[in-house]
Amino acid sequence: MVRRQRLFRDPVRRHHRRLRLRLAVLLLGFVGAAFAAEIPPAERRSGYEFMGRETRAMQDDETTNPGMLWVLDGEALWNRKAGAADRACADCHGDARASMNGVAARYPAFDATLRRPVDLEQRINACRTDRQKAASLAFESHELLALSAYLARQSRGTPIAVAIDDRTKRFLDAGRETFHRRQGQLNLSCANCHDDLWGRKLAGTPIPQAHPTGYPLYRLEWQSLGSLQRRLRNCLNGMRAEAPPFGSPELVDLELYLMWRARGMKLESPAVRP
Amino acid sequence: MARVVVNVPASAKRGELIEIKTLAAHTMETGFRRTQLGELIPRDIIRSFVCAYNGEEIFRAGLHPAIAANPLLVFTAVATESGTITFTWSGDNGYSATQSAAITVV
Repeated sequence: MVRRQRLFRDPVRRHHRRLRLRLAVLLLGFVGAAFAAEIPPAERRSGYEFMGRETRAMQDDETTNPGMLWVLDGEALWNRKAGAADRACADCHGDARASMNGVAARYPAFDATLRRPVDLEQRINACRTDRQKAASLAFESHELLALSAYLARQSRGTPIAVAIDDRTKRFLDAGRETFHRRQGQLNLSCANCHDDLWGRKLAGTPIPQAHPTGYPLYRLEWQSLGSLQRRLRNCLNGMRAEAPPFGSPELVDLELYLMWRARGMKLESPAVRP
Repeated sequence: MARVVVNVPASAKRGELIEIKTLAAHTMETGFRRTQLGELIPRDIIRSFVCAYNGEEIFRAGLHPAIAANPLLVFTAVATESGTITFTWSGDNGYSATQSAAITVV
């Protein structure tokens, strides 16, 4: 206490301390600005690489990966007739193992009628209502998760490649803007954690780079399979931001940006995450 | 859909230790959780799992409310003879699932 008081009594030293503090803040600002860049391709890593040995083993072995329970149900749904048209997905698309190979890696994709990108779940529902004349499936319902998991499974190992052209560019830009926009009561942007602080810890767990390589995926925390939108809404809630409803354009644009950001990375659906 | 997945090696040497993996789709609702309106969600769990090798019980497990959804059970057995390994899960609300796998012992 005595030493401290003496230190503060000296006005010159106090001035120096303030200067040093200002310099440190300034430097920190620069470092922050330098960090806020996109992750270089060589440094990109799937969430898989941030997991422990046991969770990786669980994902790799299809007989222990709980996501396969949804994939198997999805296969049954693929071949089941539905709706007023009394047609199954397989009646038009045939064997999904051939016809759907690599498809999930290209979503969200531009839809000519809606004139905007749609994600895999929306595409499945569009097929159901337009072709099968069946009721659309609710987001995060078992059936929709099962079908999307089954489709995504057919693209396991396929590099992610969403089509960015004149039609989709502005949606990509909107997604990028969302990713970098500070929001919520904590005033955080997605980039604050996933571009700048990946590899560090948040409440004891590693912060991944937010590459959507394994969706829909089985999250041990959820005790269930879930879509990318569920994960995004989850993250937004954590930031104390208002999460847009399932299927909203804002979430699809963000999905598009994240898939573009992960371009070239291999799809590993159905993944397992802690 | 009472979906189950089992993994038994298709063949093994006599006396060899084999690893058996089983996965059952189940919510394993604990019975302790409440809805947002405060109503108790009734318990809905798998209560028991039995594995039989050519009709003889070789492994049994009792399951309880603290066990995670979609329980994964991995255990070992000694390959004694060719035949069928059957798996039976049973639980609350009349839940029941069976699956079998063939094994050739040489």
